[in-house]
Amino acid sequence: MDVLKKIPVREQNPKVRATNFDEVCLGYNLEEAKEEASRCLKCRNPKCVDGCPVSIDIPGFIKEVEAGDVEAAFKVISQYSALPAVCGRVCPQESQCEARCIRGIKGEPVSIGKLERFTADWARENKIVPEMPKEKNGKKVAVIGSGPAGLTCAGDLAKLGYEVTIFEALHEPGGVLVYGIPEFRLPKNKVVKAEIDNVIALGVKIETNVVVGKSVTIDELMEEEGYLAVFVGSGAGLPKFMGIPGENANGVFSANEYLTRSNLMKAFDASYATPIVAGKKVAVVGGGNVAMDAARTALRLGAEVYIVYRRSEAELPARVEEVHHAMEEGIIFKLLTNPTEILVNENGWVSGMRCVEMELGEPDASGRRRPVVKDNSDFVLELDTVIMSLGTSPNPLISSTTEGLEINSHQCIVATENNGETSKAGVFAGGDVVTGAATVILAMGAGKAAARGIDQYLSSK
Amino acid sequence: MANNYLYTIMKKEILADAIYLMDVKAPRVAKSCYPGQFVIVKMDEKGERIPLTISDYDREAETVTIVFQAVGPSTKVMAEYEVGEAFRDFTGPLGCRSELIDEPREELADKKILFVAGGVGTAPVYPQVKWMKENGYDVDCIIGARNKDLIILEDRMKEVAKNVYISTDDGSYGFKGNVNDCIKDLIYNQGKQYDLVIAIGPLIMMKFVCILTKELGIRTVVSMNPVMVDGTGMCGACRLTVGTELKFACVDGPEFDGHLVNFDEAMKRQQLYKSEEGRVVLREKEGATHHHSGCGCSDNA
Repeated sequence: MDVLKKIPVREQNPKVRATNFDEVCLGYNLEEAKEEASRCLKCRNPKCVDGCPVSIDIPGFIKEVEAGDVEAAFKVISQYSALPAVCGRVCPQESQCEARCIRGIKGEPVSIGKLERFTADWARENKIVPEMPKEKNGKKVAVIGSGPAGLTCAGDLAKLGYEVTIFEALHEPGGVLVYGIPEFRLPKNKVVKAEIDNVIALGVKIETNVVVGKSVTIDELMEEEGYLAVFVGSGAGLPKFMGIPGENANGVFSANEYLTRSNLMKAFDASYATPIVAGKKVAVVGGGNVAMDAARTALRLGAEVYIVYRRSEAELPARVEEVHHAMEEGIIFKLLTNPTEILVNENGWVSGMRCVEMELGEPDASGRRRPVVKDNSDFVLELDTVIMSLGTSPNPLISSTTEGLEINSHQCIVATENNGETSKAGVFAGGDVVTGAATVILAMGAGKAAARGIDQYLSSK
Repeated sequence: MANNYLYTIMKKEILADAIYLMDVKAPRVAKSCYPGQFVIVKMDEKGERIPLTISDYDREAETVTIVFQAVGPSTKVMAEYEVGEAFRDFTGPLGCRSELIDEPREELADKKILFVAGGVGTAPVYPQVKWMKENGYDVDCIIGARNKDLIILEDRMKEVAKNVYISTDDGSYGFKGNVNDCIKDLIYNQGKQYDLVIAIGPLIMMKFVCILTKELGIRTVVSMNPVMVDGTGMCGACRLTVGTELKFACVDGPEFDGHLVNFDEAMKRQQLYKSEEGRVVLREKEGATHHHSGCGCSDNA
């Protein structure tokens, strides 16, 4: 064994997985996990923990894995995270915990994410569940949204004895974990549902089909239904479009719509009623994780798929692992390319997309080099489907129906970072609804901070 | 269909051939809904999310009334549900309530309003007319359909509207002609004057009503019912062009200024899963499962 290298993780063959929706990564077995765990230096001042938005005692759980006591490892993680099987799969470890791993200074860092995933999967398979909190304190807290922020906040509050109800607008709990991230990256029944069941096991109630702001308002929850505090974790669900000609043609979808049809409504499974346009030649516009998810979904539905992104590979906002997987599976990257018009046939359906080539100029406000149009470079990409993956913004349904809730110019709720406090007494917020579209783990960190904030607020009342 | 679903059907009525009315127990929706808004119904685990405009509600009985035409595969299955059975999901109210409800009362009192209801579109018109009656305002209403058998809710509408005018394309009942002919008859032959028209029905009807009322200089509100998935602003499937702006019917509507709506674009988008390209997708699916599905809701108002 080369201690400078990670123990490789088994994956489905790219050619095979490009035709199915089963999980790409197969994870470690116990032997592999123990071996990888032995690479950890058990630093006395562990930098990795500083890199984790929920501050998991990483050397602590890895030590238990190395000793072969996976149940103990799971108990360590459970003190910090309610969704370890999710995080082990979708966290950007390469820019968080693993980026700071001392092992990584010379060689590859410890595969912390894969070890977390192994631990959580092992616990689920061996039916280890988190311990039920001791006593209820009878204080009711409402959590709006059952995504990563809401589930984390609810779980932490339940552990402290609060009576928590989560209100979810859709018909399934999980938020972006069920409507956004595809099955092949995050299995819904096996992983997401199991972790939500663990949150329910802590005593959290989940009421689906409640659109807060429409079915009931925050003020009504507090004044009529007895909730003493409310956490808003409703995410950033509104899709953006480019505003170019032809964008309302049939065959143009937001990544949100495309992924919701496939993931939440399970349109990829023919026994479900919701339809999805598979497409023969599909372009996904954008370069983030959501764009990779949409592209790889279209590929699995049988299409030839392009990623069209206006900067170069180095600037792709998606995780390196996702880009790597997409390339392995045969997604064609049209980089330094920007659409200017969607061409439409006589039936109102997409027939192509006019694009221009770009080159990189000086860095812009985001620090990335600004793409500028090359002269006389326009060309037409023949297509039948276009998926716009340009980012999302928070839904105004809640902010517009709650008196005294301050929002910023991006429609994001203004909240204090360390405790989630908003401008309205008793109302806390965190996750994408505060930051704009970000990651699962940052939302979980915000949910955690807000749980502390709510506990302080209600304890001092 | 034994299940432990929550949203129980309390009443079922057949209004016309393939047009059904159901009262569904849904306490949160019944408590907070208003005319103009819609709900999303998902029958079971594998069903579609079907948007339907609210046709009535009873806050005490905690029920919401929906009316739908069994045209698509999903709505045909829905038509087989009986009293006592239940839907898995029933979400709402979604969208904005009718602008009438938020209008200053003195302005509303001065307004002469004509409702134009086409086919199944009569169902979402009814609660608006009823709300006007309950708040002391008289309005007129045209109910139009291809023939007598497709006229629905006539008796109920007569209880709440000052005047109900029936028009059928084939003249089998009431005025002979389409709703536009009927509007012209009211204005030119019967000396009626209106300040506002609220037209709800098939896209093609709303489009032509808007062309006429624009000529006549009467402001017109329409209710759009495009393909949608979540109904909360997430998917953008329901986008339409209103004036120069991109709007989402689910959160910005469903009611819009009809003179600004791009109906031609909306009609093309309505055909998404009915066009040649869209059907190919569905054929592949049907072949696999014998379970066809487009958007069963798209012909409903």
